[in-house]
Formats: sequence, structure tokens, C-alpha cells
Amino acid sequence: MGKNAWVFKMAMRDFRKNFSKLMLFVSAMVVGIAALVAISSFGDNLSKDIDGQAKELLGADLVLGNNQPIGKQPSDSLATDISEEINFASMVAFPATGESRLTQVRALEGAFPFYGELETIPVEAEKSFRQGGKKALVEKILMAQFNAVVGDSIKVGEVTFVIEGELEKVPGQSGITATVAPAVYIPMEFAEATGLIQYGSRLNYLKYYKFPASLPAEEVVKKFEELWEDDKISSTTVENRRNQTGRSFENLANFLSLVAFIALLLGCVGVASAVNVFVKEKLASVAVLRCLGVSSWVAMKIYLLQILLMGLFGSVLGAFLGTLLQYVLPSVFSDFLPVEVSIGIAWSSVGFGLVTGLFVSVLFGLLPLLKIRKVSPMATLRPDGDSISLRNDKLRWLVIGGILLFIYVFSYFLLGGWKFAAGFTGFIIFAFVALWSVALFIMWLIRRFLPISLRYTLRQALSNLYRPNNQTVSLIATIGLGTAMISTLFFVQGQLLDEVKFADKEDQPNMLLFDIQTRQIESVVASIQKRDLPILQQVPIVTMALESINGISRKVNDTLPEEDRRSRGLYNREFRVTYRDSLISSERLVKGELREVKNPGDSIFVSFDEGYASRTGVNLGDEIVFNVQGRPIKTYVGSFRDVKFNQVSTNFLVLFPENVLDNAPKFHVVITKTKNDRQAADVQAEIVREYPNISVVNLGAIVETLEEILSKIGFVIQFMAFFSIATGIVVLISSLIISKYQRMRESILLRTLGASSRKVGTINTLEYFFLGSLAALSGILLSYIAAFLLSQFVFQLPFRPVVKEAVIVYFAITLLTVLLGWLNGSKIIKKPPMEILRE
Amino acid sequence: MAILQVTKVSKTYKSGNRSLTVLDDVNFSVDAGESIAIVGPSGSGKTTLLGLCAGLDAASLGSVMLVDKALEKLNEDERAEVRSQNIGFIFQNFQLLPTLTALENVMVPLELKKRKDAKEKAAELLRKVGLEDRMTHYPTQLSGGEQQRVSIARAFANEPKILFADEPTGNLDTETGEMIEDLIFQLNQDLGTTLVLVTHDLELAKRTNRIINIKGGKIQEAQNG
Ligand SMILES: Nc1ncnc2c1ncn2[C@@H]1O[C@H](COP(=O)(O)OP(=O)(O)O)[C@@H](O)[C@H]1O
Ligand SMILES: [Mg+2]
Repeated sequence: MGKNAWVFKMAMRDFRKNFSKLMLFVSAMVVGIAALVAISSFGDNLSKDIDGQAKELLGADLVLGNNQPIGKQPSDSLATDISEEINFASMVAFPATGESRLTQVRALEGAFPFYGELETIPVEAEKSFRQGGKKALVEKILMAQFNAVVGDSIKVGEVTFVIEGELEKVPGQSGITATVAPAVYIPMEFAEATGLIQYGSRLNYLKYYKFPASLPAEEVVKKFEELWEDDKISSTTVENRRNQTGRSFENLANFLSLVAFIALLLGCVGVASAVNVFVKEKLASVAVLRCLGVSSWVAMKIYLLQILLMGLFGSVLGAFLGTLLQYVLPSVFSDFLPVEVSIGIAWSSVGFGLVTGLFVSVLFGLLPLLKIRKVSPMATLRPDGDSISLRNDKLRWLVIGGILLFIYVFSYFLLGGWKFAAGFTGFIIFAFVALWSVALFIMWLIRRFLPISLRYTLRQALSNLYRPNNQTVSLIATIGLGTAMISTLFFVQGQLLDEVKFADKEDQPNMLLFDIQTRQIESVVASIQKRDLPILQQVPIVTMALESINGISRKVNDTLPEEDRRSRGLYNREFRVTYRDSLISSERLVKGELREVKNPGDSIFVSFDEGYASRTGVNLGDEIVFNVQGRPIKTYVGSFRDVKFNQVSTNFLVLFPENVLDNAPKFHVVITKTKNDRQAADVQAEIVREYPNISVVNLGAIVETLEEILSKIGFVIQFMAFFSIATGIVVLISSLIISKYQRMRESILLRTLGASSRKVGTINTLEYFFLGSLAALSGILLSYIAAFLLSQFVFQLPFRPVVKEAVIVYFAITLLTVLLGWLNGSKIIKKPPMEILRE
Repeated sequence: MAILQVTKVSKTYKSGNRSLTVLDDVNFSVDAGESIAIVGPSGSGKTTLLGLCAGLDAASLGSVMLVDKALEKLNEDERAEVRSQNIGFIFQNFQLLPTLTALENVMVPLELKKRKDAKEKAAELLRKVGLEDRMTHYPTQLSGGEQQRVSIARAFANEPKILFADEPTGNLDTETGEMIEDLIFQLNQDLGTTLVLVTHDLELAKRTNRIINIKGGKIQEAQNG
């Protein structure tokens, strides 16, 4: 019999008795593997489905777009079918109630979509809509918001349509798009009659093409590309859209995989700390084996093999659960998905999960397992406790290095860049060290400052946290990180909403009226003032395009070598510009100065938003020629402003001086403050009734939309955080079961010494209360730090610590821990003391 | 001919900057087939001496020759090989592997020696110690005396040249203890094994050929029993 065969045999024999215990150990990583496999499978299937449904994403073979009518194109003659659309943001009103809101109006002509369909309720609505007449299809969300039903009227501009059907699904659109800008489809023949197709409306003209199967859209694009570019016509093919959609969802799936990976790592810490307990229990057996002549490596292999087996078992179980879990994911992500996602076993993801699981279980298991090599056979004659130290063990450092390398390689694989991978690895190290130190610090505080005068039960419960082989620190770390993720989410979400609502309380504007024509401005202002409302801002807006910068036009720019080339966006952008000679409260001058134009011949100095300028490489003194409705105006960059964009205010990337644009065609924005929601609704109803082209946005509506979006995103994040919490709970349960024997001994000893079982129960409950509290507090502490950093550096908002959410999270986590502990403890207390004598 | 030769052995434990000499210049030898007892009060260094003789630990000074091998010249794994080939152990607290059945516990040293007939041999030994009907039981299902009998069967399994026993009856009642003693001496005689026994029980010690008396880490006198 070979040495390895014997190792295997011994491992299997030992395994029989350890199976349930080892199963507990690896259960901590099952959740993480399941999450990883689920998300990876979901991502695989999603990208397959995006490929498979690519044509439905676009609804056509080719789409041309421009901000003015596209007109006849040479490509028209190649197409088998053409459909046209004009879309723009506009108020729509429900005459039945007088309510209104800003929507995306789509005037459609032709059979678009050529692939997929407009799904409506009732189903016939789509057909009858296309038969002509004043009929509209209205997005489900909008119908629900205004309690409208099919057959009601809806007013778009000057025309009233009958709602023919509810829009269930539009090709290529996800639930989120519908929330932000719900669509209303009207027939093209009435577009003009609405009176909304005029200067100042942000019109978007689209032309959809269907080509014969023998003619790839790419070929058509290649042929006319240059022509279209000259006219600033954009073209999108199925391939473009697929790549773009595929890329963004691949990024999402990778990001979620990383979150799942964090849950897995948390689980692995649980695995390591449980294996540590396992190893300590096995030290006596190892000493006996050593006495009988087994070498240290062979002894270690016996246990390593068991960990390997359990790792494999856990990974298979995780992969299985993950494949099942996948069935839930489409409903979690339904609001973000532009395609129907199929479900099925993705073998590459299953393999990925298995390999990952095996790797981490062995790496993390080895950490404590290495101790086995150091067991002296002398321990059979005189057990000598905890004297084994691995501090200077080279192999241990090698394993730690291996773990970090694994994290690095794993994240490199998902993030596809060594810098990102290093960042992620760094973040992981930081998060673990932070939680670990917080946990250690709290433990130290208790031990250091625990007053002897405390009630006995309290003292006993606290000192229980330090019992030998305790997993207190690893529990605090795992539960703490889960808590931190969930509470950071709550905090940031709450803070963002607060910030928007807050704006209402301070004397901030809360209603924005835009798209006001010059001829309307006076009467609009009058009707607002008639209600005693202030005109907080009245701003003229002129649209223009950038013709050339320092003499370089778009055409010339395209011929430059890549490193000298400016972004195309700069040339293609429609700049919405205002003019004044002073700054407003949301702006700050950071460089240069505002210069007025006093005489017609003066040079014109404009002011750029600093962030935009640095992104696009615009410098002070650059000469920029703007094309204002066909007329070139030569200007110089005279200053940079720091513009805060997070207020209800009008903010501009480019600011002109006065006396330049007075005669250019323009439209206006008015900002006011209503006293309450009732008044806001009244003003909005009146304005929309009298001036259908004017769009009104009030803060209440923004808050509502924001709340909806945040709750949708929040749901996804909560779903992901759930994995960490679940891992924490599994680690908690397994550590409770592992320490059961020890707890039983303590309980019986206490009872033997005369403690009532109620007292023993109190001590146990208190212990879990402390454990839960410590974990929740360190998690909350960490999330305060995270929320602070996020609000400072990402959202640029003042940090306001939220208290209510923190208290809720604290109680929830603590209660959960106490409950689990209590469930476990009640069994222990009921055990007859006889059990302990029969070990 | 000496199977075990202990020459000028000292053992010092260091903890921090304090050092404690537990064994001081110990000399004795044991011939093949002989049985000796090491006796002395608790804390006198008996267990330490036994550990050094069996190569479980290394001496601070001096030399231990076991079956013609100088243990101090071998590393841990080489000493493990020596143990596997030549030595049997009986412990005060039995030291059975809790996850193995009685039979499997006895099989371990046989399997380490790569014996094909491990199972048959182990079963036969268990029969010899009177546990033929407890073979598939786990240690927790056995009484102390039964566990010690399993451990005796294991100790004799690899047909050791020399058997070390550290207070083999220390954890047992007198009656069971006597039965275990009988078993050890009987098997010892049958197989012609050398026996090194540590005990503080003088009655037990008297059943060996020779008694080595140790006190404060020093051998007091050697007397023939
Ligand atoms: N690892 C150690 N470190 C320090 N002192 C030790 C260690 N092991 C044993 N001793 C000491 O050595 C002495 C002898 O112990 P031991 O050999 O177990 O005695 P016995 O078996 O005769 O009762 C005791 O005083 C004990 O405290
Ligand atoms: Mg002793």
C-alpha cells in the first residue's frame, strides 16, 4: 500500500466522523459561491440573449439621427422599409383631471419596430394606432401615475388624443428609461398640429431602416458615412447597439461578481476560523499519529485532503444553488434589462465557481492547517495547549501571499486592468484590516475597562467572548461587513433624498419653467406674479454649436493624429448658452475674469465650466468660433467657473457676456418658488393649459422620480448585500454549533456550581447581545466612514449622519444574533449533565 | 546487549530568561528483552525521560541510542520512522484517535508498516485483549479499561522491539488496572518485547526486572527487582 493511498484511507476514515462538522465549516463559503455562480451564469445568459435579440434592441437594421429633419438620403433607395420618428420632451396633460407631467413624446410614422414589437394592452391597440386618427399609446407607468385608463384623453400641445392602449414594452427600452422619461406615442401626421415642433424644442429626428437580408447595414454605413458626418447625422447599426449594450451589462455583471466575491471572501474568513477550531481539536490526534511514526507532512496531508474534499463538496453545492438562484435574478434586475433573459445552466460559470471554491477553501484552510506540521509527539505525554506559533513560518506567509495573488488575479480577470485589480485588492485588504482592527479594538476596550463591579451575569457574558477558541473577532468582521454594506446603502440613499427635499425647506426655488418663447415670456411672468410668487431667475437661452477652436474645424480635427485630436463631442454638442455680466450663487470664478462687451467691435470673452473645459482640453485664451443659428461668432475663452450642478437652478457650461446675443433667436427659463404642493399643482395646470409648449418641472415630481429610481437601484444593492449578511449568519450558526460542546460544559459546570438554568440562560443571551451589538456597531461605524467619504468626494454634499436608519440596523442585527443564539442555547441548557461525562 | 542506552542526558526548559533543568546527567541502559520501571514522585521528570528515550523530544545534552540509532543525530521525520519500525506506546490517557473505530485504531501502525494483513492482524490482537465484539465501536463508546485495552493492542500491533508505557493504569480503578497490568506483562512475555514502564505505583514497579528511581531529575539508585 503506497503512502498516498494510506493518507487517502486515513482521511476518509477521519472524514466519516467529521463530515457534519466540516460541512458546517464550508457552509460559510457556499453562499458566496452560489452568488458568484448565479451572477456569472446570469451574465453569460444575458450576453447570449443580447446577441440573440440584438435586432430587437434596435428595432431596425440602421437608425439615423439628427437634431433637424433628416430629409431624403441616398440610403433610402436601398431599404425595403423606412420609418420616421420625431421625439422631444414635452408636457402632456390629462384633461379629465387637469394633471400634467413632462414626458418623452414620440411622433411615429411607418412600421417601426421592424424587429420585435410595441407590446400594448389591449393587444389590438398597436394595430389600431397605426391605422391613423388622433390616437396615442401611453407608457404603463404614466397611466398608473395619473390613474388613467384606455379610452381617456391625453393632450399633447394643442392636440387631444384618445389613449388607444397602454405601452407594455418598447424594443430596447428598460424599466428605468420608462421611469425617467415615460413615452407617449402619437402619429406623425399630427406632430405639426401640436405646435411643439418649433425653435426651442429639443427635437430629435430619427429615421429607421430595414434592409434586405443580403445587404448588411455596415456596408450602407461605410458608403455614406462621410456624407452623414458632414450633416452631423449619427448612425447606429444593430452591431453598434449590441456592442454598447453588451459592454455595459458586462461591466455590471463584473461589478456584481466582485460584490459576490467579497461575500465569498467573508465566508472564507469564516472557513479559516472554523478550520482553526477544527485543527485545535485535532492536535491530540496528530500527536498520537506522530508518536506512531507518521511524518509531519503526511499527518498534514490527511487533514488537507479532507478540507479539499469539503471544499469540492461546498463548491458543487454552491454551484448548484447558484444555478437555482439564477431563476430569481431576472426579476431582481427586470427594471434594468432591455432584453428577455433566458435561464439555463451556464457550464463555464459552474466551472468558474468550482475552481474558485476549491482554490479559496484550500488557501484559507491551509492557513490554520499549517499548524499540524508543528505538532510535537511529546504532546501525547503532556498536552501543552497553545504553544504553536506560526509567526515566523515561511509557508504561512507563502499562503497569505497566495491568497492576495488569487484576489488580484480574480479581480484582474473581472476588471480587466492591473490598476483596477490592484485597487480592488487594496480595498479588500483595507476593508478587512479596518474591520479586524475595529473588532480587536472593541474587544480590547472591553477587556481593559470592564468594571469588576458589574453584575455577575454581565461580567460572565462579556468574558465569554474571550473563551478559548472563540470566533468573536471573525464573527464581528463578517457580520460587521454585511451590516456596513446595508447601512451604507441606507445612509447614502436617505441622504440623497434628504438633500433634494431639504432644498424645499430652505428658501430655495422649487419650480422650473422652460421652453418659454420670447413672445410668451411677458405674459408667463405676469401670470406667476399675479399669484404673488417670486421670479427667482429669468434666463434667456440661445443654442449654438462649436464651429472651430483655435482655427481647427471638425473636419481638420478628424485628420489630426490621435494624440492631438479633440473629442468629437465638443463639435457635435448643442451648447445651450445664456448671457449675463455677473455670476449667480451656484457659480464661483476660479480663473480669469468676466469681461463685458461695451462697443460692437469689442472682443467677446466667454466663460467655461472648469470641469467641462478640463475634460475637453479647452484652455484660457483659446479662440472659439460658435455657430449661432447659421451666424458665426468669434469668441475667446476668458474665464473658468466652478459650477454646482446639484441645485434647482439654471447652470451653463458656457456663459456669454451681454450685448452679443440680444438679437439671436432664443427661448427662456423662469424659476420660482411655490408655497406648497397644492399651489405647485395649480400653477403647473394653468401654465400647461395656457401654453402647452412650456415645460414645467417641480421639485415634488423630481423627488418622486428620484425616490423611485433609488428604490430600484437600492433593491439590487440590498439583494447583493444580502449575500454578505447571509454569509455572516451562516458563519454565526456554524460557530455556535462548533462551540456548542464548550458552551455545554460551561453551562453544566455553572449549573453544578448552583446557578439556576434561568441565570445560565441570561448569561448566554447577554453574550449574544454583546456579540450582535459589537458586530452591528462596528459595521455602522464603518458605514458612517464610507457614507462620509461618499458624500464628500462622490456626491459633494455635506455629510449629515443619519440616526434613525442606524438605530434600525443596530436593532435588527442584534436581535437576529440574539435570536439565533437563543435557539442554539435553549437546546444546550436542556441537555442532561450526563452528556458531558460521556465524551 | 543494550537496546536502549542513555548517556549523560540532560533536559533544560527555557521560558523567557529563566531556565529549568528537569533532567540532570542521567545514565542508564536497558537490554533487549528486559523490563524496567521508572519510578519517582510527581514532577520528578519521569515523563520527560520517557519522551527522550522514545525520541518524542530531543535532549539538551547527552545521547540516546535506541536500537543502534543515535536519536540526537536524526531529524523529527527520521525519528518518526524509527518509532514506526521499533516502538510501541501505551499512554495514561489512552490517546485513541476518536474518529477511528477500535479496529482501525489498531490497524494504524500496521498500515504504517505497509502490512497487507493489517486487518486480520488487528482483529487477532483485539481478540487477544478480549474485545472481539467491540471492534466497530468508537472510543467514546468504550469504557476507560476497554480503551486502554485497545491501546495495548495497538502498542503491540507493529511487533515493537521496545514498548514504552507512561502510567498505563493511572486513569483506571485498581481492579481494571490490575487486569491491564496482567495483559501488558503477558503480551510482553509472549512476544519477548523490551518494556520501559513509568509509574508511581510501587506494586506495579515490582513486577519488572529492574527499578530506576528518579528524584528531582536525577537517578537515585538502580535496584534489581
Ligand atoms: N514544556 C515545559 N516547560 C517547562 N517546564 C516543564 C515543561 N514540561 C515539563 N516541565 C517541568 O518538568 C518537570 C518534570 O515533569 P514531568 O516529566 O512531567 O514529571 P513526572 O512525569 O515525573 O510527573 C515538572 O516540574 C514540570 O513542571
Ligand atoms: Mg508524568
